[in-house]
This record gives sequence, C-alpha cells and structure tokens, in this order.
Amino acid sequence: MVRYFTRLRVRRIYKWGGRPYIFDRKLKSYGFEYLNMSVEGQEAVTTVTPGQYILIEGNDDEYPFVAKLLKFFGDESHKQKKALVQWFLRLSEVPQNKKLLLGRSPHPQEIFYYLGRACDNEINAESILGTVHVQHVPEDTPFPEPGTKDTLYVKLSWDTKAFNVLDPVLMQDTPASTPPKPALPLFPPCASPTATPVSRGPVRRALPTPDPTVMRRAGSVSDTRATMSAGKRSTLEAESIHSASKLSASKILSAKRRGSAADTPGVRKKLQLSIGASPGKKMTRADVLCELLDEEMESEKVISLKLSSSVSHSLQHGCSLSPMRSVCKTPNGQRRFPWKLSSISLDRLSPTALGEQDFSRATTPSRRKESAMAIREPALGVLAEEDSEDSPMQPIALTPRSKRKSAQLVSLRIRKQLNLLDNTQELISDGDDDCFVPSKKDLQSSSDEEKTVSEEETRGRNCKTSVRTPHKTPSKKALQSSTDEEKSEEETVVRKTRGRNGKTSARTPCKTPSKKVTPSTPRHATPSIPSRTVPARQPGNILDEARARLHVSSVPESLPCREQEFQDIYNFVESKVMDGTGGCMYISGVPGTGKTATIHEVIRCLQHASDMDEIPTFRFIEINGMKMTDPHQAYVQILQKLTDQKVTADHAAALLEKRFSNPAPKKETTVLLVDELDLLWTRKQNVMYNLFDWPTRRHARLVVLTIANTMDLPERIMINRVASRLGLTRMSFQPYSFKQLQQIITSRLNKVKAFEEDALQLVSRKVAALSGDARRCLDICRRATEICEHSASHPSSTGLVRMSHVMEALDEMFSSSYITAIGCASLQEQLFLRAVIAEFRRLGLEEATFQQVFVQHRALSRVEGLQPISVSEGLAVCQRLGACRLLLLEASRLDMLQRVRLNVSQDDVLYALKAVRD
Amino acid sequence: MSHGQHYSERFCHQRLPEKPVGMESQHKHLLELLRRTAVHGESNSVLIVGPRGSGKTMLLNCVLRELLEVKDVNKNVLPVHLNGLLQTDDRIALKEITRQLNLENVVGDKVFGSFAENLAFLLEALKKGDRSSSRPVLFILDEFDLFAHHKNQTLLYNLLDVSQSAQAPVAVIGLTCRLDVLELLEKRVKSRFSHRQIHLLSSLSFIQYLDNVRSQLSLPQDFPDTKFYDEWNDSIKVRHFSSYPQLVDVLQRHYNSSKDFRSLHLLLMLALSRVSASKPAIKPTDLLEASRVCMVDSKANILHGLSILELCLIIAMKHLNDIYEGEPFNFQMVHNEFKKFLQRKSHSIHNFDKPVVMKAFEHLQQLELIKSMDSSTAKIQKEYQLMKLLLDHSQIMEALQKYPQCPTDVKQWAMSAFG
Repeated sequence: MVRYFTRLRVRRIYKWGGRPYIFDRKLKSYGFEYLNMSVEGQEAVTTVTPGQYILIEGNDDEYPFVAKLLKFFGDESHKQKKALVQWFLRLSEVPQNKKLLLGRSPHPQEIFYYLGRACDNEINAESILGTVHVQHVPEDTPFPEPGTKDTLYVKLSWDTKAFNVLDPVLMQDTPASTPPKPALPLFPPCASPTATPVSRGPVRRALPTPDPTVMRRAGSVSDTRATMSAGKRSTLEAESIHSASKLSASKILSAKRRGSAADTPGVRKKLQLSIGASPGKKMTRADVLCELLDEEMESEKVISLKLSSSVSHSLQHGCSLSPMRSVCKTPNGQRRFPWKLSSISLDRLSPTALGEQDFSRATTPSRRKESAMAIREPALGVLAEEDSEDSPMQPIALTPRSKRKSAQLVSLRIRKQLNLLDNTQELISDGDDDCFVPSKKDLQSSSDEEKTVSEEETRGRNCKTSVRTPHKTPSKKALQSSTDEEKSEEETVVRKTRGRNGKTSARTPCKTPSKKVTPSTPRHATPSIPSRTVPARQPGNILDEARARLHVSSVPESLPCREQEFQDIYNFVESKVMDGTGGCMYISGVPGTGKTATIHEVIRCLQHASDMDEIPTFRFIEINGMKMTDPHQAYVQILQKLTDQKVTADHAAALLEKRFSNPAPKKETTVLLVDELDLLWTRKQNVMYNLFDWPTRRHARLVVLTIANTMDLPERIMINRVASRLGLTRMSFQPYSFKQLQQIITSRLNKVKAFEEDALQLVSRKVAALSGDARRCLDICRRATEICEHSASHPSSTGLVRMSHVMEALDEMFSSSYITAIGCASLQEQLFLRAVIAEFRRLGLEEATFQQVFVQHRALSRVEGLQPISVSEGLAVCQRLGACRLLLLEASRLDMLQRVRLNVSQDDVLYALKAVRD
Repeated sequence: MSHGQHYSERFCHQRLPEKPVGMESQHKHLLELLRRTAVHGESNSVLIVGPRGSGKTMLLNCVLRELLEVKDVNKNVLPVHLNGLLQTDDRIALKEITRQLNLENVVGDKVFGSFAENLAFLLEALKKGDRSSSRPVLFILDEFDLFAHHKNQTLLYNLLDVSQSAQAPVAVIGLTCRLDVLELLEKRVKSRFSHRQIHLLSSLSFIQYLDNVRSQLSLPQDFPDTKFYDEWNDSIKVRHFSSYPQLVDVLQRHYNSSKDFRSLHLLLMLALSRVSASKPAIKPTDLLEASRVCMVDSKANILHGLSILELCLIIAMKHLNDIYEGEPFNFQMVHNEFKKFLQRKSHSIHNFDKPVVMKAFEHLQQLELIKSMDSSTAKIQKEYQLMKLLLDHSQIMEALQKYPQCPTDVKQWAMSAFG
C-alpha cells in the first residue's frame, strides 16, 4: 500500500451518540448507544455501534487490530471513552511458531476469533479507527473469491494454543450477548438509504437515493475524484472511509438479515448463486432459500475451490476483498439480483465498445462494489434496469470464460503489469465506467456457475486470469467479450455481477492506491562480514573437540550451578508475563559468574514455554551499556529493536514514552534486558529513570532486567527517585566455588575425555581462589589442551591433559611477568633498579628523583667495575624501565628532576636480581 | 641490489628476517593460535608483551606472512591493523575498522554514519557472522595499552566480547610494551580477555649477541657479486673481532646497556655509513667511532656550544646548588654569584650589564638547561622566578674540560669548592 500520510496527521474526533444509560451505578459509568467519529477537517461522520466489527489502532498502520464491538461506556464526565470488544487476531499476531498449526496457507484476509484471556477486552474507544466487515466462513467452506479489502473472514478461533473451528453461534449472537443493551442495528431492516448517517465523502454520495442512475453517477464521480485525491489521503483515512461506508451498508444488511436462516456465509453464497441462476425477480427469502439449498452442494464446492485458488492473486491487485462475499452474506442479496438480471440483457447489447474500459476497471478492488451495492439495495428494484443500460458490462463479465480457453498464458504477463496499470487506468476512465467495473469475484462466480464441476481446475485459473485481464490490452478483452457473448446460459449471473460491479466501482478509487505495493526503498547497507571461501575445518582430534567445547562462546546444553538463580528469575519474569504487568529486577555479580548467560537461558525456556502455549507470548529485547556510545543511545536501540525504526535519541525517547504510557490495546509483554547498567548513568540519570519508570505504567507491560557488577550500585550511583523505582527485587550472583567450576567444565566437556580428574580440580581450585570467573577457568583449560598437544610428541604423554600441563597454563596466565622481565633486562637496567632501591633506602622514602638515583647508579657501576654511563644513557635506561612499567616515572619533560618510583615491590626486585646473579 | 640498499632495508626494519631469532616458542604459539582462528574459526585473544625493540611487530608480521602462505588461509582472513597512536579514540578506530573491513557503509575511503551508527553497524556485522561461514577477522592492535584509555573501553569490550561469543570468528592481537597492561583493563573487559600473553623477553647472552652482530652485518647468500660477498663476509669473521679487544669492549658496553635490536641496528647503521667505494670494507674503527657517537652525552654537546657568559652562569648555578643542596634559585642569586666571581677572581671576563646577563639566562632557559619551578601563570618578575638546573656535576665538568679555549680562571672557579 502506498502510505501517503503518517498516522499522526489524521486527528480523529470521537463523540458519543445516542442517549446515555446508566451502566454501572457504582462505577458511575454510562453506556452509550453509538460513537460518532470524524476526521478533523472533514465533515463526514462515521458512526460505530456495538455489534459492528471495528479496526483498532495498533502498532502496524497497515494491519490494525480487529475486534467486534460489544458495548460502549464512559464515565460521568464523558471524557473517558471506553469500549468492550471481542478480539480477532490476524495471522501475523499469532506467534510465529504457532502459525504452522494452521496447517494450510492462510487467506490474506483471514482473521481468527480470539478465545484467549490474555488480552484485555476493554479498550480506549479513541483507538478505534473505523469499522470493518467481517464474515464468518464455515469450516468446510472455502473462502469466498477475492472481494473488497474491507471484508475479513473468520473461519477458526484461536485460543492461544490451537486453531479451532469457530462456533457460528459466537459470531451471530455476540450482539445479543452484550449485557446492558444488545447492540441494535442503527437502522431497521427497511431503513431508507437516507437513514444511514455514517458515510462521508464519496460514500455519502453513493448512498442509496431514490434515483439509482443519479446515484450511480454521483458515486462514480466521487470515485474518480477519490482516485485523484487518493494519493493525498492517508491510507488510514481511506480505510476508515471505506469501512464507514461499508459499515452503514453492512448494518442495513445485517438488520435485514436478522432472523433469516441464510445467515451462515456458505448459505449466503449459495443464495447468490442460486439467485443468479434463477432469472425470476424479487423472490421471497424463503423461496430463495429453497432454491439455494438444492444447489448448495454442487455449486458451493465449485466456488470454494475457485475462490481459494484465486484469492492470493486477487490480493496482489489490491482487490483483495470480493464484492461477492459481501453480497452473498446479505440475505437480501435476492433483491439485488433482479435488477442485475435485467441489466444483463442491456449489457449484451453494448458489449465491445465499453468492454475495454470495463476491463481496466475490473482491476479495481471489488470492495467498493460491495459497499456500493449495499447502498443501492433499497432501490434496487427500480434502478436495476437503468443501471444495466448505463453499464456495458457484458464484455467484462464474459471475459473470464474466454480466458479459460485462450488467455491462460497471457495472464502471467498480465499479472506483472497489473500493479502499474491499476492506477493509471482508473484515473483515465471516466465516471460512468467506474460504476460498472466488474469485480473479479463476480467474474469468478459467474464462471463457476457456468462450468460444471469437471472444469473446476481451469476455472480456478480463469478466475485468476480474469482478474488480471483488465490490465491487458483492450483488444484482447474485446475479443474475449465477444466470445463470451456466445455463451448465454449463465449470463444472468454475469449480469448480477455487473450490477454489483457498477456499484463497487464507486469505491474503487479510494482502495486502489492503498493496495499498491510500495517499491521498497533500498534499506541501509546490510552489515555483514564477507564469508569465507573455504569452510572452517571441524575439530579433528579429541583435544580439538574439547577445546571447541570449552570455548566460552559455545552455548552449553544447560547451565549448571545456577539453578536457584535461574528459578528465581524464571519465576519473576514468568509471573510478570502471565499477569501482563511490569517490573524491574536488578542482578549483580562479578564478571564471569553467568549473569547474562542465565538470563538468556531463562528467556530461551520462556520462549519455549510460550511456544507450548503455557504462557502468553512476549518479546525479548537486549541492550548493553557497553555496546553503545552514549547512554541516550539506549532509547534508539530499544526502539529499533521494538519497531525497526531508526530515529534520533530524543525522538526515540518520545516515541517510547508514548508507547509505554498509552493504553494501546493488546500489547504483548516486553522483556528488556539491560546489560552493564552502570554505563547508562548520566548526570540527570534520566535514562535510568525512564527505564525503571516505564514498567510502573499501567499499560506498559514491560519487564526490565538489569545487570551490573556491584551489589550496591543502586545505592551508590542512583538518586533516590531512580533507586526507588528500581525496587527491591535484587539478586546477586556469587562467584563460583571450585566445585561449581569443576561441574561447569565437566558438563561442558560432556564425556569428552580430555582431562585428568586432578587437572580439572587444580584448575577449578585455582580459579575459585582467585576470582571465581568461569571464563578464566575455561580459558585456562583451553590453554592446557594446547600445551598438552604441543607436548604430545613426548613418549610419556597419554593424550590427556595432565597436572603438569595445567600448571604450565596457570603459570602463563597468572604468574607475574615482572620477575622474568627483570631477569631478562640488560645489565645497566638491572643496575639502575638496584640504584633505585639503594636510593630509597638512603632516603627512607619510596620515591626519588632521577638525579639522585643516577648518583647511586654511578657509584654502583664503579663497584661493579663497569664503565660509568653518561646521563643521556642513564635517562634512556630509566625510560625503558618506565615504558615496561617496572618503574613509574613522571613526565619526561622534567628530565633529571623526574621522580622515580618502583612499580614492583622491592623484595621482588631483589629476588629477581639475586636469581640473575646466581 | 647494492649492499647498501640491502642493509638499509635490514636496519630500518623494512624487511622481515627469514626467521625470528630467539623467540621460537613464542613464534610457534602465536602461529598455532592464529592458524586455528583462520582455519577452524576459533575466536581468540592474545597479548604480545615485550619491551620496546624486542621484536613484537616483527614476530607478528613473520607469523602473518607465514599464515598467509597457507593456501586455505590466504583469502580467508581479514586483517585489521590499528595503532593506538593513530586511532586515538574509538570513533576514529571504528571508522578505520569499517574501512579496512570494507563493510557496506564504506564508499571509497569514506565511512558514513555517526559514531553510534558505526558501532551498531560493526557489531551487527560481526553478530551476523558465524564460526563456520564468515571470514575470520584479525584485529591487530598496536600500542594496545593506549586503547585501554579510550572512554569506557568500548572498543576493547566489544572486540573481546565478540571473541568470547558465538559470532564471527575474530582474533584480537594486542601489542604492548607495558607489563602491567592487564591492570589497565576494566574488570568486565578483563574478564572477557582470554589472558593469553606472549612475552618477548630476550635472555640473549653476550656470545649470542656477538653472533647476532655478525649475522646482521653479513651479506645474504644470494648476493650477486660473489667476489665482494666473500671479501665482505671474511672481513667480519670472528678473528677480526677478537683481535680487537676494544671492539669487544664497545659491543659489551652496548650489550650491557640494552639487548634490543633497535639500538644494535642504530650502531651498525652508523658504522656502515662510513663504508664507501674507496673503502669497501667495514673496519673495527668504524664501529668504535659509531659507538662513540651513540654513547655521547647530548647535554654535554649543548654545553660546548654555549658562550663564556652562559657557561659562567651555569657554573654559578652549580655553586648555588652545592651551597643550598639542590634548592631552587632565581636569576638574582645567580647574578650575585656571578658578580662575586667577577670581583674576586676574574681577570679575563668583563663586567656584563645586567640585561645582557638576563638575556644569557633566558637563553639557557630556552635550551632547557634550567627549568622554572613556578607555574607559568604565576606573575613573578623574571629575576625572581625560581629555577632549577637540569645538569649533573659530571656533565658540567666534562664540558669544561672539552670547552675550546676555556679561560683558566673560569675553570678554577668551577672546580673550587665554594664560589
């Protein structure tokens, strides 16, 4: 879809409509009959009544949340507008891992009845974007052919664990079930078109008026206008317009529908078909039903097959919603048919000339047809004929058949062109044409009826092709249409569809632009490291294998020795996720004690649990204070990980603030891991403040886990209001004991026998005594395997890492290099160190100037029988020692006056020097 | 190729030796480590520690050269060279890394994006890699200790963190001369460092040192002019050395002072520069002369260039130092001391005006033979600014001995116990 405006630019105004009634005396809440919403700057008002299906503002502009409105209520002041809803889910809202449970590819317009309890069914009424049409499709019935985009289909329900067949009762009865006031349709079944207060703009004009032709004209005009202006409008707006208009239409329909047995979608569809087949004009519902029932079995199946196959294609074009469905649903479809039928005859007469244009129209989404149809219904009988006259629909309607035979190959090419053509064609076509655009669905349905079951397959394709056809070159279409004419049998059906099409076309303009696929702007360069030409070699021998397993980066199967901490964190996060609340936790511990690893493990387990549907889904985000250049970058990173937006820090902070404080409905819990918390410190501490404040917001559903090294960080660096928000949920990871370290190594090695038992114990004891850092432990083991490998040539070696190897590794890593360095220093350097000590002893201080030391040095060299060195050389010696940090020196610009200190203890120096002499 | 060019390459570190001398085990360790990174994709971190001139860079370059000769490795590693003296903060370092890795946000030589974006980009890039499929990156951080002074040690943390997690394989190789480098690392950074250190501490004996000198001086076997090759290499045979005890003494002195190659190369370079077409062989005297140049005291050299007045002032300062035991002095004191000398003993030196003496005093300050003890901001009259002498007694006396035509009364004054 092309998004022209950002959501922010559309400001909607919500007003209660109808008389308030007291809903709950205690809470002083009032119920309302309906809600009027309008877009600022536009007169049109959409009315939303309980029982309708609504779109609710969500994170994704393109796919707002869907729900059924149960009731409205507000407080005394009427300021708060609330609504109770029954949620529906789109497939995209189902957790990724559960999508497979569906067991088939989803219909793009498919939604699921939500039976879970995790989502609050109370929403802010001001998050309502508009209304939408939802149709229940019985389990064994295929989805209707592509219709208008505004119609969504419910087939299954989702209880957070599995998809189940939806009990049709749920769909039908919901209005009645709303306690205070069952949502009554605003308009009685027979309501005159003028009664619908809802639609605005083009829709309004399209509303049924006594004179159908006028109406249609108006509609078409508005349509074209709409198409032109569509570019400017935000999609949302456009959507809401559609939905609004549809709403009104659907309301009428539903009102009429009520009580009729034909409610179930399947039946409705059949209704249409049967009606199409039966040329008779106005029938009573009962009659229709009877007919329908007869034909049901056959036709339904056929249709469904075609429909399902065609759905995907139609979507591409932006005509995703099939007008047929909407038509079918309404039990009063019968009424429409008559006039359509009559129109057909006329259509035939003027087939070719208009055909081309019509084709082009045909691409326009079919939803419009729906709404248009619905609007017209009341006047149908009267108008039908005129309509048909005006609209040269035949060619279009016929096209599908011709297609079957001839155009399958072409269709492929056409498909590609479709997107482009859609727009242009619409713009070019004049108002009248707009009215009569045949919808793909219509085509399909007509074709269905015509052909026998044996042709099902081809039909499926045809449907697709027919949809495409409009974009093709006019000449072809004309040909097709002519061929179509020959077949007279099912023309009635065709006519019907045409009739609908004409109406729908009124809608077309608005929809089309939104459906188009935006050329994806080339995103930023993808960060990646070039891949290697030769794949990495796998570990060859046992020591290699052990080394790979001991690398810190290898993720162990389980985290031993942190069971208690794991359980605590798990419980904490799980409870928050279950309750849908927020909270903070502070975790401290010296480096290498498994803090981050434990949390990752917890998250893995929780993800698994949520996959198993034991807990609601949640989202995990991780930031690290060390991995950002500035504390405020935290906002940017969080936002980017949440929504994939790239904005500046300030803007990100604002957006996050909004996100976490606004009562956006149906938010999943976010688990945020903040590693190296201390680096997020700023003078005002606003980053930390926000991080800890958000979870306390009512709607945030944010769990913040923070990690730092020191236990008393909150007390030391946080100001009171920050520390207070962090709360007292704290946990401290103790350094590992030697037994734990040993267990860690053993579990990592996992039966790879590379170490002697004693060697392992030595490593773990040594590390536990020094730091308890598991990383150190693993690194030493790794180094020991290397040493073992190098010494493997020795005949005595067993191939196992022994004590001696570990000792060597420990020596390498932990022994101070100072003593070796002194031992390897040149004679003058050693002498200088002795001079330093001598001077220190003389002064009784731990500090002397170079000048003083140099005097000693000279004296010492005389004692040693060495030629005394010059001052320059002496300084050079001193600087070398300083560069190694055996000595600590002042800045060298002080020259001879720079002060000298030892960086090693005097005893070490003497010990090292003594060793050299011996 | 002339032998001159050959030596200049050898002594100016433009060419790697065939084999690093005296560091075989370290060489093996490092080569093995990098080979595992390159071939197996194992992430590692290592520090090469050794005093300046001990051959850290040479060792690493030898290892890299050897590594890249392996066929599998050749096109499979991405070396990134950083130097703490060039990349003085993380922002610059990140740009440089991105540029050398030639990531996708690089156009030409320019790296786009802010500091934060660059960091995020690099981390993302490294994160996307995995052990078996991405090319190993070798981060070579020269003057590693300077990177530890960057703010928060962000770069080190991230590089070492990558080396300890299952991301693109990296090897972080730090070169430093500081033995206490680990203490510079922040505790989180330190924990992520593998604590492998390769120490280059030469325990060269004097005999080995002499061998080194010879091998450094000898021409390579593939030298085109065989006659010259024979003559030259013959001239630096052992017997020549041992027949010159002076020469051995000089070399011993150098050995005592420092064992590193860089100072040796300096000495040999100076000696070789005395070889010419008319004198096509290196003589022991050349080495002696070179050594003399190397060992000379720089300050004594400066003193030779001073005027008599300035020298007198220095002597006055020396006396003041003796009297006050190293306490600072000011111009007025020096001037008084100088005037005393003039009144009592001087025969050869005129009385200088005070401004002239002041000028000489300032010149000494400019030469940094004396240093002001006050902070420069303090507004004290020049005459009373406290100063300290940056010269040793021995330097002054030595300079006086060698000073051309130094008046005897000045010499006597310098040597007398008290002004």
